[in-house]
Amino acid sequence: MNIPLVSPAIRGIEFNADMIFVTAKAWILSLLGHFLPDWVVVLASITISGVVILCLGPVIMMYLTLLERKLIGRIQNRYGPNRVGKWGLLQPIADGIKMFTKEDIVPAKADKVVHLLAPIVIVVPALMLFLVVPFGERMTAVNLNIGILYFIAVSSITILPIFMGSWASRNKYSLLGGMRTAAQMISYEIPMTLAVVPAIMMSQSLSTNTIVMSQEGPYDMHWFIFTPWGIVGFIIFFLCATAECNRPPFDLPEAESELVAGFHTEYSGMKFALFYMAEYMNAFTLCGIATTLFLGGWQGLFFPSWLWFFGKTFVLICVMIWFRGTFPRFRVDHLMGFAWKFLLPLTLVNILLTALWQFTSNLAAWLWSILILAVSLWVLVKLNRTFIPEKRHYPLES
Amino acid sequence: MTNIVEIKNTDLAQTLEINFGPQHPSTHGVFRMTVQLEGEKICGLRPIFGYLHRNHEQIAENLPYAAIMPYTDRLDYVNALSNNFGYALTIEKLAGIEVPERAEYIRVIMAELARVVNHIAVIGFMLNDLGAFFTPLLYAFRERERILNLFEEITGSRLMNNYFRVGGVKRDLTGENLAGIQKIVSRFPAFLEEFEALLTKNEILCMRCQNIGVLSAKTATNAGITGPVLRASGVNYDIRKVDGYSVYNRFDFKIPLGEKGDVYDRFYVRILEIRESLKILDQALSTIPPGEIMNKKSLPMLKMPRNFKPPVGEAYGRVESPKGELGFYVVSDGTPQPWRYHVRAPSLINLTVLEEMCLGQKIADAIIILGSIDIVLGETDR
Amino acid sequence: MTIFGWGVFKGMMVTLKNFLTSYFRKPDEGGIFTVQYPEEREKELENFRNFPFLVYDGTPEKIRCVACGICERECPPKCIHIEMELDGTGKPARKPAVFDIDYSLCMNCGMCEEVCPFDSVFMDHAFEVTSETGSEGLVRHKEALLKSNEYFQKIRPALASTIDQKRKAAEEKKKATVQATPPPAAGAQAQGPQ
Repeated sequence: MNIPLVSPAIRGIEFNADMIFVTAKAWILSLLGHFLPDWVVVLASITISGVVILCLGPVIMMYLTLLERKLIGRIQNRYGPNRVGKWGLLQPIADGIKMFTKEDIVPAKADKVVHLLAPIVIVVPALMLFLVVPFGERMTAVNLNIGILYFIAVSSITILPIFMGSWASRNKYSLLGGMRTAAQMISYEIPMTLAVVPAIMMSQSLSTNTIVMSQEGPYDMHWFIFTPWGIVGFIIFFLCATAECNRPPFDLPEAESELVAGFHTEYSGMKFALFYMAEYMNAFTLCGIATTLFLGGWQGLFFPSWLWFFGKTFVLICVMIWFRGTFPRFRVDHLMGFAWKFLLPLTLVNILLTALWQFTSNLAAWLWSILILAVSLWVLVKLNRTFIPEKRHYPLES
Repeated sequence: MTNIVEIKNTDLAQTLEINFGPQHPSTHGVFRMTVQLEGEKICGLRPIFGYLHRNHEQIAENLPYAAIMPYTDRLDYVNALSNNFGYALTIEKLAGIEVPERAEYIRVIMAELARVVNHIAVIGFMLNDLGAFFTPLLYAFRERERILNLFEEITGSRLMNNYFRVGGVKRDLTGENLAGIQKIVSRFPAFLEEFEALLTKNEILCMRCQNIGVLSAKTATNAGITGPVLRASGVNYDIRKVDGYSVYNRFDFKIPLGEKGDVYDRFYVRILEIRESLKILDQALSTIPPGEIMNKKSLPMLKMPRNFKPPVGEAYGRVESPKGELGFYVVSDGTPQPWRYHVRAPSLINLTVLEEMCLGQKIADAIIILGSIDIVLGETDR
Repeated sequence: MTIFGWGVFKGMMVTLKNFLTSYFRKPDEGGIFTVQYPEEREKELENFRNFPFLVYDGTPEKIRCVACGICERECPPKCIHIEMELDGTGKPARKPAVFDIDYSLCMNCGMCEEVCPFDSVFMDHAFEVTSETGSEGLVRHKEALLKSNEYFQKIRPALASTIDQKRKAAEEKKKATVQATPPPAAGAQAQGPQ
């Protein structure tokens, strides 16, 4: 831990609270180890991690939907759902029952196999991403030493089932909507990957655990967000994460339904629920990765590490929900222009700043970074005329 | 909702024809547009309406004059009081009935409140079409609810007011009602500030609304467009100033004009018009005279509508409704029922330039342009 | 401010402010103004007009309506149907035998209340009106429409008291004129011997 001056008794309690899940799992495995051979214990260990993630994922998704509805309700000066159970806590269960009992309609000429596979294939990478997210100290499910590379690769798989779904629906509008979604997600992958590079450069490892450990320092001032490249990188990564999850203001694929059908129009019932689930689980994991990369992961004073991790992720999810309640949505050409002409050059400048930071990390470096950032932002803004609001005059005549 | 009708092979390119069906996700009512697309650009647009035709004019030709008033509420159902105003003015012109002064002031107050109610709803719905997921809409409706509660206290109903009568108004405003209106007027600017902070300088909104759907002043004047759409294109024409009907020429208010005539201008001109309406309301509330609210001569007409026979002739009365020039044309032949009755609906006339505004824009903008014209189907189809 | 992104930031501050104040402020000043319907109700306003009803004074026999038929003629959507009651000899007995209002046609305009010369039709406040048999069940007959004057006083005190005063003044004037002009036979006899 990083607090030097706390009494051993408190540190003991803290340690136990921190390690509560790890010790629980170790205890179960030791119980099994008494009367089962070793290879079964290994299998059991894998099974326990898998089961925990399979339960955690959907439960998080369910209560995320409730959280979103309650928060948006409060922003709009109304209560969210509060009829089903106190504070609406049973609302996700009611939604789940509704999704289960709806009729499953498949268009007559659709490609039935691909139509069935698309929602299944989209949920699998969403669940696989949970494996490298460090929920706490020593609580990463699989401590891969190429964690971030795995994360980027698996999150790119999500684009394929969207395209499968839109193709299999045999509906020209689903196809157009699906192609636009795919284009959006692919374009936003690139600034996202490049925004991650500085964190990898500074921690000199691709493993999520190591990245978190390298943000250790007294009083949490060593989190990457407290550096110039960290702030810029975090903002870029967060915007790209919002676009990857198809959340407002980048929710063109879902809202295109007012114009052109979105990719999931021909889905109903449980298949639609799976698409929905994948979106929310993606949102959670992307926020989780954002905290590990920039906000210090599970680092924090006094509270157990998993509590810090969930708290920080929760704050980021609330910011995503806040975006949803505030902004109108982008149009397609603005969306692509924003990614390619604004975010991408900014990520390259960010990498330059990181390189500068590697040499010195004092006040002079801060000033140089701010200067370089200001100049590059000015240049980018001048080049992107369409993003600037025009000034208008409204004469009042009598 | 949206489905393909046909793909035409022209000489130069293939155009795709999309149908925005009568069931619209954007809540403007049952309105249909067929749009011809070349890739992303719109190259042809045809509005089709008539799905809400309810025979308003035909029904009115079989009813005595006083009984038509509840039906005029249902024309522009968002702000029923302007329609009442227009109709009452027309029949008073036809029969030469004078309205007492207190009733005129009450009419102006209610008409300006209706203008505020309408503009808030339009701005809210336009932002909803842009995708802002109900937040600006619900903020706008929070204010609108206060005014609608006031309408319920005064007139008996929130939306279908049926408040004006030929020769005056139905019920007097008590001191409590006036205090309620004053309270609303004094709290409104705070809400407008909040709204402007939320959205007016928002980059995303500006990107989507500026230079979209430009309507030049010349096209607008030639096509007979009136209302905020015309004023946003820069033409200074407001019937309250031109005709000076009722007691509008006693109040000091200005007309906001736009520069370019795009969607953003139409949105902002409506916000400025709300501010001007608040000024009028302030002045009217402070100078309202005591007196009676109904011309004594037309009281018998209300008790026995069948006995009211206006002189033979015709009259055209118009008001500046929040959507444009709302006109009523009545021809009387001496019997208690009108011989011919026609409503000049601003929404219908304003729709005629929809195609011109949308040509060359991308398909995602068609809905926003439609929202900025501010149509209501009750009026368009009557 | 011309920093790129400033408008977006200001917008977010507005929603944040609304979010936080929704927990603290009262409904009137920007807090949550939801009325949780079946458990809480909104204030009933006096002038709210919904469907019409008939007033009786005291007992349902003393109905004020005399079946003149003016409201039936003036109703714009023609939703009222009245039949006069005939007494034993076939003469009209100034009371309605049948008074039907079709709620599915009624548009709550209030014209019947305005034109009634006998202060017997007024607009009610009850809006939770349902029918279990489709729109046939929405035709309300005389028994369902009759409500007492006390009920009228309760829902619309100002109007009911004005009407009551007017009726009392008219009653007293009628009594006074009846007393002031004695029956013509007695008067002629009194003046006869002069």
